[in-house]
Amino acid sequence: MKTGTFERGTHPPDSKEFTAAKPLVTAKVPKRVIIPLSQHIGAPCQSKVQVGDTVKKGQVVGQADAFVSAPVHATVSGKVVAIMPYPHTLGRDVPSVVIENDEKEEWVDGLTENPDYLSLDAEAMKASVRQAGIVGMGGATFPTHVKLSPPKEKKIECVILNGAECEPYLTADHRMMIEEADEVVAGLKVLMKIVGVDRGYIGIEENKPDSIKSMEEACRNEPSIEVYSLHTKYPQGAEKMLIKAIVGREVPAGGLPMDVGVVVQNIGTAVAIYEAVRYGRPLVERVVSVTGRGISEPKNLRVRIGTPLSSLIEECGGFKYDSGKVIAGGPMMGMAQSNLDAAVIKGTSGVLVLSPEESETPPHGPCIRCGRCIDVCPMGLQPAMLSVLAEAGMYEDMKEYDLMNCFECGTCAYVCPSKRPIVQWVKLAKMNLAQKK
Amino acid sequence: MSEAAQHQLIVSVSPHIKSEETVSQIMWTVSAALLPAFLASAYFFGPRGLIVQLVTIASCLAFEAFSQKVVNKPVTLSDGSAFLTGLLLAFNLPANIPLYVPIVGSFVAISITKHLFGGLGYNIFNPALVGRAFVLISWPRQMTTWMAPVSSFTSVDVVSQATPLNVAKLDGMAKLLEQFDGSKIQLYKSLLMGQISGSLGETSALLILIGGLFLLFKKYITWHVPVPFIATVVIVALVTGNDPVFHLLAGGLMLGAFFMATDYVTGPATRRGQIVFGVMCGLLTMLIRLKGGYPEGVMFAILIMNCFAPLLDRRLRTTTFGAVKKKEAST
Ligand code: SF4
Ligand code: SF4
Repeated sequence: MKTGTFERGTHPPDSKEFTAAKPLVTAKVPKRVIIPLSQHIGAPCQSKVQVGDTVKKGQVVGQADAFVSAPVHATVSGKVVAIMPYPHTLGRDVPSVVIENDEKEEWVDGLTENPDYLSLDAEAMKASVRQAGIVGMGGATFPTHVKLSPPKEKKIECVILNGAECEPYLTADHRMMIEEADEVVAGLKVLMKIVGVDRGYIGIEENKPDSIKSMEEACRNEPSIEVYSLHTKYPQGAEKMLIKAIVGREVPAGGLPMDVGVVVQNIGTAVAIYEAVRYGRPLVERVVSVTGRGISEPKNLRVRIGTPLSSLIEECGGFKYDSGKVIAGGPMMGMAQSNLDAAVIKGTSGVLVLSPEESETPPHGPCIRCGRCIDVCPMGLQPAMLSVLAEAGMYEDMKEYDLMNCFECGTCAYVCPSKRPIVQWVKLAKMNLAQKK
Repeated sequence: MSEAAQHQLIVSVSPHIKSEETVSQIMWTVSAALLPAFLASAYFFGPRGLIVQLVTIASCLAFEAFSQKVVNKPVTLSDGSAFLTGLLLAFNLPANIPLYVPIVGSFVAISITKHLFGGLGYNIFNPALVGRAFVLISWPRQMTTWMAPVSSFTSVDVVSQATPLNVAKLDGMAKLLEQFDGSKIQLYKSLLMGQISGSLGETSALLILIGGLFLLFKKYITWHVPVPFIATVVIVALVTGNDPVFHLLAGGLMLGAFFMATDYVTGPATRRGQIVFGVMCGLLTMLIRLKGGYPEGVMFAILIMNCFAPLLDRRLRTTTFGAVKKKEAST
């Protein structure tokens, strides 16, 4: 087996021990689900239902005409009780369809299995993916069918499945690669067919030897798929770093993976794609790691999209302490939540609960120019300069230092001995510059 | 649900975990790396050396607290940076210096060089070196009257003695070698072990080197400054027909290359900048040693290069991921 990695990066404790060995279990389906009309990058959906309507599981409740968008579906059968702005894991309130569960679990009509799905043509497969509302489930939430539709001049040569799961704590992909290895491979084969390539890779960090073994076994009879072991190093799972590690190419600054002939998809996304193409099933559930020192019983849960975070906390035995951070996603790039009514969306890979001590923000000091941030920035930026300029409010000058190439991975802020909130400043600067335009 | 409602949520921007390393940890570790040289200077120069050390460190701490109090900033003695400045300044002083000199030097280092520029992180010049430069210019005689080490085997003159660099500069290498029974090996050995006259920290190249290697091992510094610095000194010595081993071991090169030029705040933060910084420090050191008015050039070389550190960081940028390919694509 081949191994690879990217330049720079850092090694936070992986903290996977809370859930790494815990098999996937299906979470209780809540009495109410909240389906935000925007769970993806791109145009928000328009509601296609009205308050009082009866809906079935898998029925489209929101859709947009724009190509860069993804429909949202009812994830339970029941009645629409409200369409209103609702707290969202990514910040501001978002118009959402609230459905009361009738517990009949009735699927929408017309979902038919196609056992011979691999012989479908690429366009039909892609249409299924689009109809199923699939988006990047690692957290990026970019509509998958768009990623699978490169312009003609971009020749795609391979598909990479991202099993790096480099965010500490999270084990959703880890468990799926063990328990649903065949589905993962099937999803990858569908992906390869859609973009018309005969080269597929699955990249997995070395800290998951059981996943590597399981995927190797599942790929035994797949000569066109290769399992790659990756150094355990953050942010190994960032698209550009993953591509560098496996095919050795650098995505041009400001460019996309397709510019170097690569399509990258997440493990969970691959399984969703398989289910969409084979069974016609829309994306109604996903795997979420509920983990951390602040939760009583950490678990890997198979969760209905739209389940409020508070239900997951309850499902895992409740909080251990009476304060702390609740993060949607991992500790490096996840978003701290201010309201647990917010629901799991397509991109929620984990719910991390930190203890009160872990939740404290250490006071930050001046930049001592130690250069540690520069040594680790996977994008080769100078975060020290960005931080100093941001602190002085010199946002325009930050562009000179390639501010726009920073993808807010947090590696710099993690290593800074002066605990400088570099990512916070970068976000602020980007917002300021966007407003000025 | 009720339990969840009572839970107090803390919100902040990612990343939500931070490494354990802190600024004070770095400063104290660098100070610890100087411990062998500190003990050696106490051994070679006796109680007098120790007194100079303690007075300098105490003054630096006092001026740090004073300067921070004046502008109503929190007093941060525990971060170790003032302690380290004191230690480094003392290493640059002769053991028999009148004690008001280190006190004035500490004031210049801490209150003027550091705090007048905004405190830790904002100063352009290395505080310890400015302190040293100031007292050297103000009290040239006291600053160049070196006490020979108490335990020196090479000289009976225990009161005062010129440094090897000084002798070499004024009277030539031959004269210097006379002090060592004409044996180069004896000279090198003395330089390495610290049995020569000089400032408190200049004496034992070996112990400074051990401290420097410790910092390299701990990854608190990297090779990018010290190696180019030292290599340049050796190469210039070779090219100009001077004794490279002598220039390597004499004076403050080891201390300067491993502990002063590597100061984060006053050097470049980019690796490319650091290499150029190191090479330039080496060139300037040899220029001063061979052609300048002072026998030793390490201090002024680093101070001059301190001015250029911000410029080096701006000019010698890191390469953004994917930047090269982008250029290729557009041409
Ligand atoms: S790691 Fe922090 S202190 Fe060091 S150079 Fe970067 S921003 Fe400055
Ligand atoms: S957050 Fe931005 S600047 Fe910091 S390491 Fe990541 S890409 Fe580099």
